[in-house]
Amino acid sequence: MIIGLNHFQVVSALLFGLGLLTIITRRNAVAVLMGVELVLNAGLVNLVAISRYQTGGLDGQIFALFGVVLAAAEAVVALAIVLQLFRARRSVDTIDVTDMRG
Amino acid sequence: MNYQTNSYLLTWMIFTPAIGIGVILAALGLRARLNLAQRQIDQIARGVGFAATLMVGALSLVLWSRYDSGSSALQFVHHFVWMRSWNIEYFVGIDGLSVALVILTALTFIIAMIASVPWWGKIEDGHHPHFSKRRVSGYIILFLLLEMGVLGTFCAQDFFLFYVFWEVMLLPMYFLIGVWGAPPRVDEQGRVRGGPYAAIKFFLYTLAGSVLMLLAMIAVYYTSGPSTLVDGTKALHTFSIPALTQMAQAGLFAHAAPILGVDFVKIIFVALFLGFAVKVPMFPFHTWLPDAHVDAPTPISVILAGILLKTGGYGILRFDVQIFGGALAWAAGAIGALGVISILYGAFVCMAQKDLKKLIAYSSVSHMGFVLLGIAALTPQGMTGAMFQMISHGVVSAMLFLLVGVIYDRAHTRDIEGFGGLAAQMPEYTGLTGLAFMASLGLPGLAGFVGEILVFLGAFGAADTAFRGYVAVAALSVIVTAGYYLWTMHRMFLGELNKKWEGLWDMNWRERLALYPLAVLTIVLGFYPAPVFALVDTSLHSLLAALPRLVGG
Amino acid sequence: MELQTFNTLWLIPLFPLLGAAYAGLLGKRIHRRYGELAVSLPTVIMPWISFAVAVSAVVTLAQAGPEVALYNRLWTWIGVDWMQADMAFLVDRLSAVMILVVTFVGSLIHVYSLGYMKGDPGYWRFFAYLNLFMFSMLVLVLGDNFLLMFVGWEGVGLCSYLLISYYYRERDKAAAGMKAFIVNRVGDFGFTLGVFLLFWGLAAANSPSYNPSIQATTAAPVVKRASAKPDPAKLAEHVAFQASWGLAGAPCRSHQALGRASTLGGHAQGHHVEGHATTSLAFRHVERLLEDPVKREGLLSQNVLGLSLVTLVGLLLFLGATGKSAQIPLYVWLPDAMAGPTPVSALIHAATMVTAGVYMLSRLHFLMALTPVAMTVVATVGALTAFFAATIGLFQYDIKKVLAYSTVSQLGFMFVAVGSGAFWVAIFHLMTHAFFKACLFLGSGSVIMGCHHEQDMRLMGGLRKLMPVTAITYFISSAAIAGFPLFSGFFSKDEILWKAFDTGNVILPGGGFVLWLLAAVAALMTSFYMFRSYYMTFSGEYRGGHAHEAHGHDEAHGAHGHLPRESPKTMTIVLGILAALALAGGYVGLPHLWHLPNLFEHWLAPVFEGSAHTLKWAGYGHGLEWGLMITSILIAFAGFFAARWLYRDHRNPTPQKILDSDRRLVRGVHRWVFNKYYVDELYQKTVIQPTLVLSRALSIFDTGFIDAIVNLVGLIGRLFSMLQGWIDRTFIDGLVNLVGDTVMNAGRALRRVQTGRLQAYVYSLVAGSLLMVVAAWLMAA
Repeated sequence: MIIGLNHFQVVSALLFGLGLLTIITRRNAVAVLMGVELVLNAGLVNLVAISRYQTGGLDGQIFALFGVVLAAAEAVVALAIVLQLFRARRSVDTIDVTDMRG
Repeated sequence: MNYQTNSYLLTWMIFTPAIGIGVILAALGLRARLNLAQRQIDQIARGVGFAATLMVGALSLVLWSRYDSGSSALQFVHHFVWMRSWNIEYFVGIDGLSVALVILTALTFIIAMIASVPWWGKIEDGHHPHFSKRRVSGYIILFLLLEMGVLGTFCAQDFFLFYVFWEVMLLPMYFLIGVWGAPPRVDEQGRVRGGPYAAIKFFLYTLAGSVLMLLAMIAVYYTSGPSTLVDGTKALHTFSIPALTQMAQAGLFAHAAPILGVDFVKIIFVALFLGFAVKVPMFPFHTWLPDAHVDAPTPISVILAGILLKTGGYGILRFDVQIFGGALAWAAGAIGALGVISILYGAFVCMAQKDLKKLIAYSSVSHMGFVLLGIAALTPQGMTGAMFQMISHGVVSAMLFLLVGVIYDRAHTRDIEGFGGLAAQMPEYTGLTGLAFMASLGLPGLAGFVGEILVFLGAFGAADTAFRGYVAVAALSVIVTAGYYLWTMHRMFLGELNKKWEGLWDMNWRERLALYPLAVLTIVLGFYPAPVFALVDTSLHSLLAALPRLVGG
Repeated sequence: MELQTFNTLWLIPLFPLLGAAYAGLLGKRIHRRYGELAVSLPTVIMPWISFAVAVSAVVTLAQAGPEVALYNRLWTWIGVDWMQADMAFLVDRLSAVMILVVTFVGSLIHVYSLGYMKGDPGYWRFFAYLNLFMFSMLVLVLGDNFLLMFVGWEGVGLCSYLLISYYYRERDKAAAGMKAFIVNRVGDFGFTLGVFLLFWGLAAANSPSYNPSIQATTAAPVVKRASAKPDPAKLAEHVAFQASWGLAGAPCRSHQALGRASTLGGHAQGHHVEGHATTSLAFRHVERLLEDPVKREGLLSQNVLGLSLVTLVGLLLFLGATGKSAQIPLYVWLPDAMAGPTPVSALIHAATMVTAGVYMLSRLHFLMALTPVAMTVVATVGALTAFFAATIGLFQYDIKKVLAYSTVSQLGFMFVAVGSGAFWVAIFHLMTHAFFKACLFLGSGSVIMGCHHEQDMRLMGGLRKLMPVTAITYFISSAAIAGFPLFSGFFSKDEILWKAFDTGNVILPGGGFVLWLLAAVAALMTSFYMFRSYYMTFSGEYRGGHAHEAHGHDEAHGAHGHLPRESPKTMTIVLGILAALALAGGYVGLPHLWHLPNLFEHWLAPVFEGSAHTLKWAGYGHGLEWGLMITSILIAFAGFFAARWLYRDHRNPTPQKILDSDRRLVRGVHRWVFNKYYVDELYQKTVIQPTLVLSRALSIFDTGFIDAIVNLVGLIGRLFSMLQGWIDRTFIDGLVNLVGDTVMNAGRALRRVQTGRLQAYVYSLVAGSLLMVVAAWLMAA
């Protein structure tokens, strides 16, 4: 069996689904953050795969590298926010943080 | 007659108070920077007020000395186009109809200014704050604005300009009565009276009159024929009073299309007359006067009685007689009758008053009735008498209101019955009051007599012999007037002194400064009225001489 | 009449004016610092200076010949168009008599006041008023025209008011002053109307084509006349007007008037002054005008309200005179005027001011002579006043009230003379009356002072021994007023009675006889009540002491001693001088009957010459005149002896018996007369109260009706605007608010979506994405 684009896409879809599931189900902000990372990486897998099988060149890979760096930066910022949140509230439960309610 | 600018004197006079206002506003604006205390601001405002009124007074003396009493033409003209699109001009000038009133205005405002400051003597007993210490700069600003309005009204020779100044007069008066007048109170019948009520009554009443005037003005504008503006451009219509007069003398208005089936001249005459009659005030449009007077502060009463009422009489002469005299033959009888009613009615109502200020206010109604009667007589004596009556009433009523202020500042009541025996306590005050009363009741040798006798004499000779009856009836007022003044004298000053008033003090220098010039003037005008005649006679003569031409036959 | 300029005439009134200003403005301070005399001396000297100037003027006048008058024009007072009144003084032979009387008697009374007013707290005020009175009275007498006379006329009224109310702390006395002034104003009403009527009547008579109108209907011809070329004939007529209008005497004026007319004519074309002479209000101009028969006819032919204009003028002027000279119906103020200090009563209410009406009518003799109706009214009213005032005088107990009613009565005599056409006699009696009545009043003042301000004659008596000078002078003056032969009053009063009998100028049934009868009875009563007052006051024993001890409340009197003492020299000397004049003052006017020169009539003849030919006399013979003279002598003595019999030494019980009589008629009549016929009460009910009611009603009408309408209009305006406001709020503004409200409500509903829960947002994100996918799929399909 030749591993093709479809396989990558399935993996990507699974990753995305798992990430989304994490975001939706987990109330811990750190866990949600992890879900977000999963979703992001699902997208990156897609980018690399499509670049490799469909368009050629290295565009997708480069873009994915950017994405990784971005994800890292994002994680730093997000974790800092979560940390501050914890300091302020002694909790990282998203249910507790509804200050933006209308 | 094409009047070109030949003097800026009147403009300077009219706007000198405006300069004063500017200075006070500047002082207020720089207050923080110059680190001025409230007291200093107040003193500056009063000083500026004095400077401005005295300046106007000085200019009025210049005016008097340079006025050519032999000419009935406009003098000291300042004339330029103001709003070209509506042919409105800035046009000031004076003739015999206004010159004496302008001088009287300048004098009265100086006197009123003296009565508006808490200087030169004790004015209060410490329990009742004096109006002259409240919101001083605002008071002075409005006071000067009022002076500007009055002077402008007397000097304006453009109908529109006249109207503007007429309304300028109204606004400061409203605030001066409303803010510095008596606080609101509930009277015996449970009605709310006091400064604000009186002010709004005055304002609305006069405004209602001037609305009629505005309508008449617009109608006249569109009826007027083509003329030339001062810079030579042609204009289809005009607001210029001399031009309108010329057109009237050429029969333009006499032959104008009727409005609502009534002759143009008649309807305009009536509209204007009603506007002015409110100001005079003529029975039955007089009821704003007692309220306004009773609740106005002393100097404002002085101005109101001394000057503002005269704008009504002046307006009648300037517009109703000078331009729309064509309707006079038709209206004179009614005006004379209303004048007589005002005279007698005012006198009788005076007799029943218990409030001294109200009494004097009603006496104004009575005395201004003479002006109407004199004008309606259409004889030289009547006209001159009416004019003189305006001047003498200006002097005498100013005196009377100042005197009421004197006693009110001390006793905080004006209830005539509540006094008694004051002659022993305040002899100087009694003497001056006696003089003013005598002048007001027309004692020969004092100012009031000359006007009265001339009006009577003139009215008696009116072509309409009904006027003889009018005079006979109006002459009854000499008895009634003597009655109420002497009775007031009797109740206030004679008899045993009421123990309650043992603490009252006699005149102080501030009051003397305001009253003695008027007292002297009262006597001088009584024995030597010629200067006033000299100022007014020529113009009144030509005014009368032109009347037949206004009919346009 | 020729005018001779006499430039110092104006000084005559000036000096008292200066005195008044001095005492009035500075007096109080000077009094406090330098004492009484510093105030009073200058003011007492001033009338004497006036008297000196007056004498010099009269001497000049006497030397200048009969037709001359002294004239002093100061300035044009009121000059408007063709009417002119000057500030000008004129002394003819009539005013000469007046100024001498006024300044002389006035000066004497000033001197008297020095003593009488001593120690009064209002000293300065008194002398200021007194001087001001002198000024006004002199202006009245000297004024050359109606208006200037009116200045004096009202001026004396004012001073009278001030002096009657002099003791102003007492309400009654203050009220008496007020009454005097207001009653006089009623007279002034007549006076002014009379002047107006006369003025326009004259103007009409002066110019037949005269028309003051500039009204529409009459305007055209005026214009036409003026624009036409001046007609030479007309111009001549114009100049003639100037001449005939009596301007010859004052050529400067005539030029002025001409110049004025021409400048005005040139200045304002078509001015109606063209062709008109200045109409002066000067007496001499009026007289001059009426000398012209055409003009006189012009005046006489005019009617007003069915009455002849001249008659109406005469009656109106007489109304003025009744006010000032206290005649029926306006006499009521004079008895009350006795509230003033006694020198005032002497000066103002006896000698000078109250005679102003007589003077005025005599001044206008030329006018009065034209109207028999007015003359009749004047004479009749005078006679009735003389009679009724005398009856009231019979029963008074207040010594000053007796004199007051006597004054009213004597003034009535003067008006009888005026009405009869004997103007010089009126002035003659005016003069003699000034002497003896001033003396009587001053004597009563002396008595009142002696009796510690007691005025009731029942509490006097026996004063002849205590106050001999006062008693003698009082007796002499009483004799004079009663008309004892050879006393001054005899000559003047007898002449009045004779002229009244002889007159042909009144239209009464019985002619002058009625006048004579009334006046003769009045004279009888005069003699009686004067001697009654003399005997009650001076004869018998002093009755006042007990009363005073009984009162005992006044400490000050104790220091003076209880018995009256003679007054100080300043007062007694004045009394002496006046008594001498009362005795001898009549010799200037001896009756024709005695074939001695009548200086007084001769002196005044030129003044009254103008009317002499208009007046008619019955021309009774000498026999009758002798008879009347003897009758009046008998009358005087009858009154004297009756009074002596009844009141001398207070011994005769008859008067008391009459008073105590039980008969209702006697009591009723007595009460009626004693209370002055209830005239005051009548006026109170018929005039004063209705006036007050009317004024109150009008005042209520003013606030309750006229002002109510104004307020109603205001209220309607407010109600209308309230309605407007409601409509505005409900409908117009409602629509606007609806839009806003909708948006608000929508927002309020939608905000619930924003829960703030992270997961909720993600759900909706997912749901939204799915929706878009489904939508895209559907659309693709």
